[in-house]
Amino acid sequence: MSAAEEVVAEGHEAVEAVPKRAMTLGTGTSLLVLAVLLLVPVFVKNFIIFQMTMLLIYGLAVLALNILTGGSGQFSLGQSAFYAVGAYTSAVLMEYFNVNYALTIPISATVCFGFGYLFGKPALRLSGVYLALATFALATAMPQLLKLNFLEHWTGGVQGLVVTKPDAPFGLPMSQDMWLYYFTLIVTLAIYIFSVNLLRSRSGRAFMAIRDNEIAASSMGVNVALYKTLAFGVSAGITGVAGSLGAIAVQFVAPDSYTITLAISLFLGMVVGGVGWLPGSFVGAAFIIFVPNMAESISKGLSGAVFGVLLFLVIYLVPHGARQIAIMGQQFAAKLRRN
Amino acid sequence: MPAMHVRLGAFSAALVLAATLSTAAFAQKKYDTGASDTEIKIGNIMPYSGPASAYGVIGKTEEAYFRKINAEGGINGRKINFISYDDAYSPPKTVEQARKLVESDEVLLIFNSLGTPPNSAIQKYMNSKKVPQLFVATGATKWNDPKEFPWTMGWQPNYQSEAQIYAKYMLKNHPDSKIAVLYQNDDYGKDYLKGFKDGLGAKGSSMIVIEESYEVSEPTIDSHIVKMKSTGADVFFNITTPKFAAQAIKKNAEVGWKPLHFLNNVSASIGSVIKPAGFENAQDIISSQYFKDPTDPQWTNDPSMKAWNEFLDKYYPEANRADASVMYGYIVAQGLVHVLKACGDDLTRANVMKQAASMRDFEPHGLLPGVKVNTSPTDFAPLSQLRLERFKGETWELFGDVISGDVGG
Repeated sequence: MSAAEEVVAEGHEAVEAVPKRAMTLGTGTSLLVLAVLLLVPVFVKNFIIFQMTMLLIYGLAVLALNILTGGSGQFSLGQSAFYAVGAYTSAVLMEYFNVNYALTIPISATVCFGFGYLFGKPALRLSGVYLALATFALATAMPQLLKLNFLEHWTGGVQGLVVTKPDAPFGLPMSQDMWLYYFTLIVTLAIYIFSVNLLRSRSGRAFMAIRDNEIAASSMGVNVALYKTLAFGVSAGITGVAGSLGAIAVQFVAPDSYTITLAISLFLGMVVGGVGWLPGSFVGAAFIIFVPNMAESISKGLSGAVFGVLLFLVIYLVPHGARQIAIMGQQFAAKLRRN
Repeated sequence: MPAMHVRLGAFSAALVLAATLSTAAFAQKKYDTGASDTEIKIGNIMPYSGPASAYGVIGKTEEAYFRKINAEGGINGRKINFISYDDAYSPPKTVEQARKLVESDEVLLIFNSLGTPPNSAIQKYMNSKKVPQLFVATGATKWNDPKEFPWTMGWQPNYQSEAQIYAKYMLKNHPDSKIAVLYQNDDYGKDYLKGFKDGLGAKGSSMIVIEESYEVSEPTIDSHIVKMKSTGADVFFNITTPKFAAQAIKKNAEVGWKPLHFLNNVSASIGSVIKPAGFENAQDIISSQYFKDPTDPQWTNDPSMKAWNEFLDKYYPEANRADASVMYGYIVAQGLVHVLKACGDDLTRANVMKQAASMRDFEPHGLLPGVKVNTSPTDFAPLSQLRLERFKGETWELFGDVISGDVGG
């Protein structure tokens, strides 16, 4: 708990009651980033488009964790479980029931929201490291649950399920990868805007009140139990959407894809991106996708160690992640303007 | 100036000659992406990190072997450029790495990618791109399916065929036995179990008195052994990975359970299983094998083992020679070199698959005497022969003929 408080408190100095700036990028920067995201796929290879799609997907999963930890101050190492549920929901619906891929996404979101909400209920009694441990248990259990005999008929057991990649609709002249990228981009934008608005709303303020001081929040009339479970539900729902998109992009689901390593990667992404700063989620996602590849190209035998050193450097030099760099950049720009 | 003219004339004549020669040569040579006059790009995906990182040795051995081939002049004058990436045994990462290899590094083919879930994840992609997914490093049965997946080919004998060989042996020699089966609760264990039951047939189901499973995460399997002993079974089929196999052999001796013990080939290594379990506890265990166990003293003076040792001395001195994965990588790398040599100057993806599907009695160094690599357009299982062996003293004693068991995917 304390770590999150510390990190989040850092950005608060220049922030008004509704921490608009602290959550998002400025309008100009946002439009610039959006333009880049829209235009780049036209000029690059399908493989790069695929990587960008994965970046958005992991970004969404990190964002979900960010709402939970950065917003309501609850820890979770179990995001991989929600991700898996989302992925399997989509895969099973698409392969066994011939449901359109786009329709499986709201279904996954609903299923995962329910799952997260229900898990949040008993987890209410726990906080801090204890909550982290409980969610950790969920993450370790999930791959084995997916292998269970009576579920095997649906999940394909260890062999997993192969998912068919959708073609671009209306005969649009696009490759499957490009279409999927734009589809993911639309979903990501919708969820991003929803998240920003959620955190700025009454519920968002309630989340933050709970994060900053639970007793104070409840004495002000915030229903602590409700908002804590709600935060869990929303976070699980968004992670589920990411899982669905991930299953469609990768075209394959298997228990080995959703181990505790994934949950830890997402956690890592959140810390590197800056806890509580939503745009940082995507920077964090880029870190967990690209830095291991970089580490591997430096040394194959010691890729883990190289990754560790790089991570250490990031934590040591910019402990508050991408958010800190963004704030520094902003201050620098302001200084330039003054001169 | 005349000298100059002459020289210029000679030069242009040479140029014309060179041009004609190269076009003539060009007419014979055919290349797909990833191959050229000077190099052949081969992609590979291995779990260098993560839960299955012990198998990363295979990739390192292959890399060393291709270095040897390059040092000796390459394949038909072309050097092998071996690009191997880490997927940590995570299927989404495998997809990313496979796409990187195919679309960014532009390799001719992906060779010996490891693991059933990782290969399942990229099988559809590889086949839709028509890029060979050659000699996958998994014992699952589904890779031999040339009709559905003409661009995917297996390599080693699959688990089901092996289990069927034991089943046939039991039916023939011990038809009235009571069988206890211990298996690892994952795809590998279940694949063996299925092959075993299929091999026993209708009658066999009544022979099995207990099917006991364990999880990889269990620290010890002692309690399972005790439970199986209590059923009074007199045949034990042991489907376990090396660590657990050693435990089982030891525990059997401790509790005084002496069934006829069948040990799956996965754990037939003397160095990593039998020796730690104790030679005296492992007498008369029956297993099967297709390559020479480097820790088995009977092969010390074998010429192919000498070649293996020379190769390791020069190109991979730090290798652990007791590790069966080193031998595995050595053999499968020879398989790829054989196919590429057979391709000649027609290095197209279609020709690679064609040559891979027409291997006849190929015997790479390291295989047991009598075991050969054979494929055909309808048989995408290069190695499907095994020999039964019984443990005597400190070594495996081969018995019986070479047995093939082909199970299609």
